[in-house]
Amino acid sequence: MSEEIYLMKGNEAIAHAAIRIGVDGYFGYPITPQSEIIETLMAEAPWTTTGMVVMQAESETASINMVYGGAGCGKMVMTSSSSTGMSLMQEGVSFLAGGNLPCLLINVMRGGPGLGTIQPSQSDYFQTVKGGGHGDYKMITLAPASVQEMADFVDLGFELAFKYSTPATILADGVIGQMMEKVKLPEFRRRRTEKEIREQCPWATLGKPADRKPNVITTLQLDSAVMEKCNLDLQAKYKEIEANEIRYQEIDCEDIDYLIVAFGSAARISQKAIELARAEGIKVGVLRPITLWPFPTKIIKEYASKVKGILTVEMNAGQMVEDVRLSVNGQVPVEHFGRLGGIIPTPNEVVVALKEKMGC
Amino acid sequence: MAKVKGTVVVDVERCKGCDLCVVSCPCDVLELQAREVNEKGYHYVFMKNEDACIGCANCGYVCPDGCLTVYRQKG
Amino acid sequence: MSTSIIDPKNLVYAKPVLMNETQMHYCPGCSHGVVHKLVAEVIDEMGLKEITIGIAPVGCAVFAYDYLDIDWQEAAHGRAPALATAVKRLNPDKMVFTYQGDGDLAAIGTAETIHAANRGENIAIIFINNGIYGMTGGQMAPTTLMNMKTSTTPNGRDTHENGYPLKITDLLAQLPGVCLATRHSVHTAGAVKKAKRMIAKAFQNSLDGKGTSIVEIVSTCSAGWKMSPAGANDWMVENMFPVYPMGDIKNI
Repeated sequence: MSEEIYLMKGNEAIAHAAIRIGVDGYFGYPITPQSEIIETLMAEAPWTTTGMVVMQAESETASINMVYGGAGCGKMVMTSSSSTGMSLMQEGVSFLAGGNLPCLLINVMRGGPGLGTIQPSQSDYFQTVKGGGHGDYKMITLAPASVQEMADFVDLGFELAFKYSTPATILADGVIGQMMEKVKLPEFRRRRTEKEIREQCPWATLGKPADRKPNVITTLQLDSAVMEKCNLDLQAKYKEIEANEIRYQEIDCEDIDYLIVAFGSAARISQKAIELARAEGIKVGVLRPITLWPFPTKIIKEYASKVKGILTVEMNAGQMVEDVRLSVNGQVPVEHFGRLGGIIPTPNEVVVALKEKMGC
Repeated sequence: MAKVKGTVVVDVERCKGCDLCVVSCPCDVLELQAREVNEKGYHYVFMKNEDACIGCANCGYVCPDGCLTVYRQKG
Repeated sequence: MSTSIIDPKNLVYAKPVLMNETQMHYCPGCSHGVVHKLVAEVIDEMGLKEITIGIAPVGCAVFAYDYLDIDWQEAAHGRAPALATAVKRLNPDKMVFTYQGDGDLAAIGTAETIHAANRGENIAIIFINNGIYGMTGGQMAPTTLMNMKTSTTPNGRDTHENGYPLKITDLLAQLPGVCLATRHSVHTAGAVKKAKRMIAKAFQNSLDGKGTSIVEIVSTCSAGWKMSPAGANDWMVENMFPVYPMGDIKNI
């Protein structure tokens, strides 16, 4: 059997992957630079094939609450947006986390604050990883660096979301969303039947049969002792995720004196930068966190005892660098290089920054 | 003429003494306890005038707390 | 004499089967309890208990899910129609309803309400209008009457400052997606029976895929209005009914 290879945008790959893996519903609101996701879904009209519901909502607020409603039924539901739209969704994100509801969110980041720019950025790291909504919660965050990963992480995101009954986010940026690459799409998988959903998600609100108590999806607990128990249960789940689900990629790190830590498109640029630096005799590699939460703290700490310094390259003013510093805990210098406002750093700029900030 | 007889059974602990059943009764059957209270401290409703009840269930319909069970018998 | 009457064959009224033994947290005389009973009765009588999903609001009815033994989702403030939209679209054979107050539906959730109705989502909306925010302590709602005193309009609602009472059911009736927009009350046995018939119609519309139904119940908030429950009923008839008249605005 010959492999089907397609050439498409990252945003389009997400839409096709969602249809193929049997997603039940997509609810979204157009915003640049990710509108191809809903446009592709509407053009593909999966409600005529797999039965997937695709809806253009009246706002991001409505979208995320539609996701809440669908997730409460145990359905595989998702939404996508870009930075400003994600800000509007944060109330709903907090409810999804508090309600222990699995779903997939996609943020194809653009620059901010405010309306900012439609150009790519990575400035929603804090919002996504540290909890953009209220309350103590954490968000499984996958950072794709290719169109292939955009496609693959739809399945992975849902797998993790359902495994731990919690929302997961694909945190991409405008570069990954808009660029075209070769991609192998996932195999077609039928949507789950209601019977299968009732078995997999015994908490789902699909109508109460005579033989069980009512299922209620709620985040409200007025009894402080009960609420604290809910909080502790959430934290225990997060510990389990931190223990089991850290993912990262090491690129040319065997012999290094310096380490670059970068995610998403910044990691791709950094990969080119280390080629240039190595040509000048600088032994440098890239560690690319694939999960931004749970963060690959342990491996970064291990590198801290082997290298002279660590540089983070981010398309923001310095966000992930804080987690790298916490991982390293002062053992070696950790510096940040970033471009802002939607500007994508060049590999040469990264090499210059490496030399200046690391003194190499 | 056969008289219709009714009666109202009060779930005393659910009752909040709101008085809406008393007001709704066309036969002046119900009244709130003047001194007695339930566990929550409400002056709950009781049948002051049992014989007058016709089992119309007006009290039941307007009761917000589902405290009243109404029976009716043609007799 | 009366003890012989107490026999199942003579039963004419009882707490609905789907209403459980949990005592409701509502203030004495609150209309919510009556409407809860009607929802429970209709679901049971129409045989819908295994296919019904209710969406609870934020406000006094936030704990509706504690009282009726069906599956529920508790929405963020105002978002119930968005949840209901997804639940119904993903489960077209279920009966899906929201239960919302006037702050939830007509203030913070106006957009979700209007757009769900405008899409003609096949959901039923039970809308409790008591002209005030009950749970947070009697603040002005969009439905608060002119000159009505609330904790945020201590000198009465002034239309220059606060605008006008929002007749949102009339607005919703203008939308082609809405098949039923009707306004009722539950202060007398007769009114309760009429309201119940329209809740049943709304639920049937959800099953039949006729579009969005909204059943407004003009209600009292004796605690927020600072009146006795019976006095609040009288005040409602005298003051609320002229602004929010009873009956069908649209029923197709």
